[in-house]
Amino acid sequence: MRRAMFALLTALAVGLAVPGSAFAVRGDLVLGVVLEPPHLDPTAGAAAAIDEVVYANLFEGLTRIDRHGAVVPALAESWEVSDDGRRYRFKLRQGVVFHDGSSFEAGDVVFSFERAMADDSVNAQKGLFEAIESVTATGPYEVEVHLKRPSGGFTFDLGWGDAVIVAPESAQTNKSRPTGTGPFRFKHWAQGERIELERFDGYWGSAPALQKVTFKLIPDPAAAVVAMLAGDIDAFPNFPAPEALARLESDARFTVVIGTTEGETIVSINNARPPFDDRRVRRAIAHALDRQAIVLGAMFGYGTPIGSHFAPHHPAYVDLVARYGHDPDMARALLSEAGYAQGFKATLRLPPPSYARRGGEIVAAQLAEVGIELEIIPIEWAQWLEQVFRGKDYDLTIVSHTEPMDIGIYGRDGYYFNYESQAFRDLMEGLKLASDDEARYRLLGQAQRLLAEDAVNGFLFQLAKHGVWDAKLKGLWENSPIQANDLTDVYWEP
Amino acid sequence: MALYLIKRLAAFLITLLASAIVVFLVLEVLPGDPASIMLGVNARADTLAALRAELGLDQPAWLRFIRWLGGLVSGDLGNSYTYGVPVAELIAGRATVSVPLALGGMLVSALIAIPLGVIAAAQRNRAADLGISVFAQLAIAVPNFWFAILLILLFSVMLGWLPAGGFAGWEAGIGPALGSLLMPVVALALPQAAILTRVTRSAVLDVLGEDYLLTARAKGLSRAAALWRHGLVNALIPVVTIMGLQFSFLLAGTVIIENVFYLPGLGRLLFQAIAQRDLIVVRDVVVLLAGAVVLVNFLVDLLYGVIDPRLRREAAYV
Repeated sequence: MRRAMFALLTALAVGLAVPGSAFAVRGDLVLGVVLEPPHLDPTAGAAAAIDEVVYANLFEGLTRIDRHGAVVPALAESWEVSDDGRRYRFKLRQGVVFHDGSSFEAGDVVFSFERAMADDSVNAQKGLFEAIESVTATGPYEVEVHLKRPSGGFTFDLGWGDAVIVAPESAQTNKSRPTGTGPFRFKHWAQGERIELERFDGYWGSAPALQKVTFKLIPDPAAAVVAMLAGDIDAFPNFPAPEALARLESDARFTVVIGTTEGETIVSINNARPPFDDRRVRRAIAHALDRQAIVLGAMFGYGTPIGSHFAPHHPAYVDLVARYGHDPDMARALLSEAGYAQGFKATLRLPPPSYARRGGEIVAAQLAEVGIELEIIPIEWAQWLEQVFRGKDYDLTIVSHTEPMDIGIYGRDGYYFNYESQAFRDLMEGLKLASDDEARYRLLGQAQRLLAEDAVNGFLFQLAKHGVWDAKLKGLWENSPIQANDLTDVYWEP
Repeated sequence: MALYLIKRLAAFLITLLASAIVVFLVLEVLPGDPASIMLGVNARADTLAALRAELGLDQPAWLRFIRWLGGLVSGDLGNSYTYGVPVAELIAGRATVSVPLALGGMLVSALIAIPLGVIAAAQRNRAADLGISVFAQLAIAVPNFWFAILLILLFSVMLGWLPAGGFAGWEAGIGPALGSLLMPVVALALPQAAILTRVTRSAVLDVLGEDYLLTARAKGLSRAAALWRHGLVNALIPVVTIMGLQFSFLLAGTVIIENVFYLPGLGRLLFQAIAQRDLIVVRDVVVLLAGAVVLVNFLVDLLYGVIDPRLRREAAYV
């Protein structure tokens, strides 16, 4: 018995030590992810974890967002926009097949859009389709979309995971058996453990270099580090343990790439609740914050300070970090002016992520310096959604808004910041009507400045993307313009 | 005997019903809306309402409770809110990891603890006893997830003998599957073994002073034979009781170890379901675990009858 056990262990050791055939280029990839998607239908759930598996790999939309954040054609070969910006004519690609063999044509686009817009739709981003008045197939490979009003970012919106094209034959079962038009097809999901994809031979575009992809679910940061070191996984595009990055960087086996995401991490302020309804108090908070200290202390130095609600990597970005420099004296002066020379007490609700829990302690210490005493209340996401987001029953909270181009939330009626500004709403209206880049960038710049002037929230930093992968692996995204793990261009160096 | 069994069965069902009522009420009071969690912050009110209708969340609480109970009785545990698949499937899948993990943990822990406990009792206050006591103290004090990471660093990172985590799946073969469970079992077994060692030791010590052992020695049995054949069996009752309690813990209390080794077990399923407000999974798993605990206790009671014939006779009158 003992001999058999030893033989077994030796066999295991040998089997694990030999890194596959040394002569052929590797075609398989094991990717680590932290969160398990609840299901695999990106049109029926908000979890970023879904898009991190399926976006660009299994499903495609009319357009696609590439690694630079630009809109590129996908299932729509080209499109024309009418002069008034309200009519889009999409010319669809021909010869495209879904993973179950059914062919892709205009009817599928109409079906997908109408499904998203229906009364009983469970599309988490139904608002993307809000501007659509009608969708019609004007030919087997031509679709015309009429908008209620012009929407400058329409083609960008169509590139979101929630707008991918699905087939009527398979839409109902996409949650557990996703069927799309992408270069990979779904193979197997061992719930709680891993998701397996394989190359789809009927893909319309150029075949990906990878033949087999396994997403391994590793929620624990320590486990992620050892899994990387042991070679159990080849890549971890959103590595959860930034404290270990220095060690991995010094190891020649790995490449560490720090990129940017669309996650603006902010101290959200309830603008409707005194004393936060006074702009001087909000400006005092902005001066009391030392963003660099928070990035160093809570994020191990990874993260870019921001001065408004916009991603630094975007061409329309305006650097407003210096608008409210770290100045505790100025903060105290502003508080006195507002009538709070003795300071005041408030609560700070913190959801689970480490940027909130760790960052929250530093923020509390910085605000205490100017007389604002914060009671830290750690809560989980379900409570945050209910109390803070829907109930708007909070003073301050720390959260990261990770949707791309989401500055429009400041103009949304009843959004949890309780920020009411007609000037801002006018800017957002103008943005919807503007379709050329120069006009859009100008308006976005004005919007950023307005948010900074009004000190709506305490803008902290942009979340960094910590990517770790095998040094021989190429093609993974450096930044995260949308939440996705696009594997179409990933390959192993021989 | 039949009356005894019927009474036990009735107690079993009443416990299940009580736990069902308690878990349902607690989850009703818990803040957090499953639809909001699933659809996120950008979802509109009409989308949320549509999802709630789809999940049956818009019905009154008593109706949902009755339906759920009916489902439990007929074996239909409903569909998970987050995953959309039948809960029974989810639980069955996770059980293929958790049950072997729990059994393995218990087996290894018993294999370590019982001999050590007996030796410690036999060598009371001598070197061996002190050594075993120190080992037991250490094993209880060391956090098992830290110990788990040490194991991974040694056997996966440095030696490359075992995978750092994950479950290869039974379909990959017994070897790889057991290989994935080896380190988790050891990490789980160690603190349990330490506790069991101390329990065994004190149970055997109690028994050492008994007259029947003296009689056994007088009849000519060696010290060791008397201890193992007569002493241990009579000391087993507290040991088996503790093992029963440990099994219940090992079945679902292993969420930290499951996280470190990223195993798809029941503990993690329950933990994630609570965070995601997948209330139906939480309810089903909790009731099932309550049932499992009662069942294990029942088996332990039966085992008492096997170990101690005196209890068999008494049981007939219960």
